[in-house]
Amino acid sequence: MATELKVAWGPRKDNVYLGKEITRLDGVEKASGAAKYAADANPKGCLFAKVLSFKGGAGKVKSLDLSEALKVPGVKAVHAFVKEGDELQWDGTLVAAVAAERQEQAEDGVRAIKFAFDAMEHFVDEDDLKGAEAAKRTKDLGNNTKGDVEAALKTAAVVHKGSYGIATISHMCLETHGSCTRWEDGKLIVNHSTQNVSGTPANFVSELQKQHNISVDVADVTVLCQFVGGGFGSKFGADDWGAAAAKMSKEAGRPVRLMLDRATELKIAGTRPSGFADVTIAADKDGKIVAWDSHHWGTNGGMKGGTLNLAQFPYVFDFENRNRKATGLITNSGPDRAWRAPPHPQLCALTDTAIDDIAAKLGKSAVDVFLANLENITGPALEKLIPTYTAEIKRAAELIGWSKKWHPHGKGGDGDVKRGLGMAMHTWGGSAHAGTCTVRINPDGSVESLSGTQDIGTGTRTAIAMVLAETFGITLDAVKVRYGSSVYPRSGPSGGSTTIGGVSGPNRRAAIAALGKLFDVVAEKHKVKGNDLTAKGGKIWSGTKEICTWKAACGLLGMMGIETTGEGPKDDGLTSVQVGGVQMADVSVDTKTGIIRMNQFVAVQDCGLIVDLLTAKSQVYGGLIMGIAYSLTEEQILDNKTGRYINADMENYKLPRIGDIGELIVEMYQPDSEYERGVIGLGEPPVISCGAAISNAVANATGVRVPTIPLTPKRVLDALKAAKA
Amino acid sequence: MRDPHEETISQVNGSGFNRRDFLRGSGAAVAVTALATSDRGATAQDAAKKNVVSAKAQDVTLNVNGKDHKLSLEPRVTLLDTLRDDLDLTGCKDVCDTTNCGACTVLIDGKPTYACSRLAHECVGKKVTTIESLAANDPVVAGFVKHDAQQCGFCTPGFVMATKAFCDKNPGATLAQVRNGLGGNICRCGTYVGITACAMELVTKKGGK
Repeated sequence: MATELKVAWGPRKDNVYLGKEITRLDGVEKASGAAKYAADANPKGCLFAKVLSFKGGAGKVKSLDLSEALKVPGVKAVHAFVKEGDELQWDGTLVAAVAAERQEQAEDGVRAIKFAFDAMEHFVDEDDLKGAEAAKRTKDLGNNTKGDVEAALKTAAVVHKGSYGIATISHMCLETHGSCTRWEDGKLIVNHSTQNVSGTPANFVSELQKQHNISVDVADVTVLCQFVGGGFGSKFGADDWGAAAAKMSKEAGRPVRLMLDRATELKIAGTRPSGFADVTIAADKDGKIVAWDSHHWGTNGGMKGGTLNLAQFPYVFDFENRNRKATGLITNSGPDRAWRAPPHPQLCALTDTAIDDIAAKLGKSAVDVFLANLENITGPALEKLIPTYTAEIKRAAELIGWSKKWHPHGKGGDGDVKRGLGMAMHTWGGSAHAGTCTVRINPDGSVESLSGTQDIGTGTRTAIAMVLAETFGITLDAVKVRYGSSVYPRSGPSGGSTTIGGVSGPNRRAAIAALGKLFDVVAEKHKVKGNDLTAKGGKIWSGTKEICTWKAACGLLGMMGIETTGEGPKDDGLTSVQVGGVQMADVSVDTKTGIIRMNQFVAVQDCGLIVDLLTAKSQVYGGLIMGIAYSLTEEQILDNKTGRYINADMENYKLPRIGDIGELIVEMYQPDSEYERGVIGLGEPPVISCGAAISNAVANATGVRVPTIPLTPKRVLDALKAAKA
Repeated sequence: MRDPHEETISQVNGSGFNRRDFLRGSGAAVAVTALATSDRGATAQDAAKKNVVSAKAQDVTLNVNGKDHKLSLEPRVTLLDTLRDDLDLTGCKDVCDTTNCGACTVLIDGKPTYACSRLAHECVGKKVTTIESLAANDPVVAGFVKHDAQQCGFCTPGFVMATKAFCDKNPGATLAQVRNGLGGNICRCGTYVGITACAMELVTKKGGK
């Protein structure tokens, strides 16, 4: 009788690897500089490409002549992205590319390009709703109503009107977007900086056909990506510049590496949409919110006229009486791409700030008001999280010392430097994406997993190895994880916190199937029942009786070993969906300079079954730090007059440095009930609450709401000044 | 968020012109065009012009990781591009190219330096040390792994080199000193907590050695 093993995670207490802190398997490779990224690809004969990008708000191409560029020493291929008469709708739009023997020669080539344009009208002021209306740059994105807001406002104990906002930011991947392309015997090979190894070959094929009339079969395109230097939601496609590199590579008969320069990267390779809102919020005397009325606007760039999704407002909570309305602004700015947890950080920043203000108006602690409003969470997926939120709010409050440190808004001390506390809470899906994998047990006892996934720095490779080592009861070094090539079985793109479920589910399923086959062979050889067997500590056991070593068992397999396939997602409990999460910030605000310092930042985060506790915590730390960045300093600054992105470099696009983050306290919320839920994604959630939590802490310190995030010194001082007037 | 390395990075500047001064000068000129005080940029550019004999490629010998490399390079080529494209030493990364982020940190005569801030010609006669020279069991590399001081890993080699140089020179450093001393590098994924833990462990032991 064939062995039948149940597909499930094992009892938590028996785990050797799962839930433990395991250092990442590619750690040495990366830290020692041995890891090769697309930006490092330098095959024999490689040409280096540079782009010419448009510098202006909007314009029409008057003339474009690349002939002089071709005469520059070292230049081997050129490409025009636009032609005469084309409209260039935002700063940074690609005009042309030049590939040369050396980088400096490519730069010479770019300088030799003759390019002229007629300036056109532009509009870039993302928070100026009236200006946009006057310039006919708005799109009505609808409104809807629930209950009776007007009646509720009349009977409410307290009503607050506030304005809130969160500016556009860029992804700022440290490895810019790009690839190294080469053709071998009519086949295209691309070292590509991507979050989407399996999906990109088809995208290269369609872009090459559409843009350059070059035909190649998807089966003849290989995309390779072992390491990617940051993506955050912006690296899923071939992109115009990837297709251009492949085209120039074909023309020159040489490999071409085209990585965007820093300025162009910031301008065109992904932004996070902005959001601004006028909110009227009302509560009863206990702080329970009884009415919400909001009009929000903002831009998602790319002349698209979109903003944050109306249906997701207000965030996490919904109120009995609620009006909402949205207006999109059509701006001459680089198009948005998914930015970590789209668009939850913005939704949270516009919702939890208003809730904090109503708490302040009641003279109540934000913790009490958020707790009082948990019953305003509706919908089957979120209602289940109410006990989690309750526990997380209480735990975060303990960790930051809320009850000791809290004071009413504006009572942050007598000196120039005021101190305050703020909180916010979030949710994210994090379901498993579709994916397959192959698992092999080799006759020598080694084990392989093959899948076309990618490790974007989250620790995917380590997680796969842990799942196989746990399932087979072997050591991590016996597991070889092969990924980062489109040749391997297809796996989903790494976006939306879907990867951990997308790889752990299929690998566990394939491994359990493989283990069953191995047990069949062991059972026959040793005259035991397959269903009684377990694999632990490098041995095969029947109950408490040792049958043979793992190696000896694999030695029974013959040369072909065992190969199985795993698929996902499936409804077998290995993976699940929907997490909560609570964050609390303790900040100091210098009211003379407007500078905010982080004192402490606490995150309590659930994510179902934790695969690797070490890398899971790293995700949360990273989320907090990216959150500090967009809360305090980073933003895309577009100049009204010229329409240009004026801080598109790393000196003026401000990111926090190692001394700017204060003390971070991360606690994974992991009672057994979380383990029982199975694996849920974790990358997005910890970056969501940061803006609101920090803004609320500043409001608590100073008694003044700084309306727009990031809370730069100028915005802080402006708000303090306005409050005094 | 000023770059604390500004004061500590050595001015490897035997030839009288260098890319760092040029970048700082031209950056200042862009930032304050309204003010008539962009003399620093002009001075750096004048100095550069005076010292460049020929713009054509010239033979140079660079000592990198203890080995001499004979190369033919135009004077304008940065040390960063030379290391990455000519010598395939890609551990130092090209991230900002404007001396802000530290991803290209190497050691020049033992001092941490942004490779994008130096022209290759400036480094003739100096000892350039890149991350590729670290031993497989280097304690800084091991510390980064132990404390999970990396995610995407793109800033990591630069941070490892900065951490190595700092910890070697500052055994017993305080947390505040570590934060200040490693302030010349930028990470986007948010790995500062692990890096701080790693550096604190190293300085309380015996530095980066």
